[in-house]
Amino acid sequence: MRRILLFVPFIFCIVLGVLFVKGLSLDPTELPSAKIGKNFPSFELPSVRDADKVYTQTDMQGAVRLVNVWATWCPTCKQEHSYLNKLATTQGVEIIGINYKDDRAKAKQWLKRYHDPYIFNIYDEKGGLGLDLGVYGAPETYIVDKQGVIQYRHVGEVNATVWADLKVKMQALGWSAK
Amino acid sequence: MRLTGILIAWLLISFNAFAVIDTFEFDSQEQRARFAMLSEELRCPKCQNQNLAGSNSGIALDLRTELHRMVISGQSTEQIKAFMVERYGEFVLYKPSVNSLTYVLWYGPFVLLGLGFILVIVMIKQRGSNRAQQRTQTPAKNTVDREHQQRIKDLLDKNK
Repeated sequence: MRRILLFVPFIFCIVLGVLFVKGLSLDPTELPSAKIGKNFPSFELPSVRDADKVYTQTDMQGAVRLVNVWATWCPTCKQEHSYLNKLATTQGVEIIGINYKDDRAKAKQWLKRYHDPYIFNIYDEKGGLGLDLGVYGAPETYIVDKQGVIQYRHVGEVNATVWADLKVKMQALGWSAK
Repeated sequence: MRLTGILIAWLLISFNAFAVIDTFEFDSQEQRARFAMLSEELRCPKCQNQNLAGSNSGIALDLRTELHRMVISGQSTEQIKAFMVERYGEFVLYKPSVNSLTYVLWYGPFVLLGLGFILVIVMIKQRGSNRAQQRTQTPAKNTVDREHQQRIKDLLDKNK
């Protein structure tokens, strides 16, 4: 009986070790979104290209799409931009852009210079939609289903690794590549 | 000499300024106090170990502005917290609410404390019973010792 008790610290260390090793692969800056499974928040905002064209939450419905929050002041957005272009052209992914707390002229210039992967761009100058979405750092990419319900959020750059994950999740919702 | 030492020591002491200085205006002291309390208690989603009051990041400023707007418009503390949680999740509360997800967080330490107490009591009891056992064993031990002493004595005597 006494002998077994001697192993308690040993087992304790093993358990702690396993937890620590697991902890190494976790990213504490990645927060779970509070919006998963909820409808896209209601909004009424103009397009980046045309100040008179107004979009609302109903425009988010209709297909399984990506919603990408971006801005010209965000370096990572620039990094992922070419990958978004690739997704739009080669895979036929429909991406809706939310231009977050940005300048319209700069945003337009950016889309011209780096190409435009978005089916349309919402101009969220004050960041009100961003606040309702719980955006805490651009870029953020959401998967929105046909009913306009938010299904997933990725914070940070979209690249091949991230896309592999997003693709599986979108396919589960009934999306298929072009 | 000593005076200069003290003066230098004074220069080396610095007081950290934790709050960011904003120019928010309030209608009453109550609102000011509530704003201060909430911005201390709400966490910045971007800079994770800082509260809204202590962070200079863009999102913290946005949330402070939003907080100010809500405080001024007379929303209750609960309403404001619900607003933030709805958008940023439980994460934004430095003092998480008590629910099935946070039971371990709130009550875990007390459970561990209880386990510690039980362990200490068990150890004390065991030690007590060990000592009692020793006491009952002493006479027997003494006879062994006596035999040993006798043998040593005999051996020593033989060598004489």
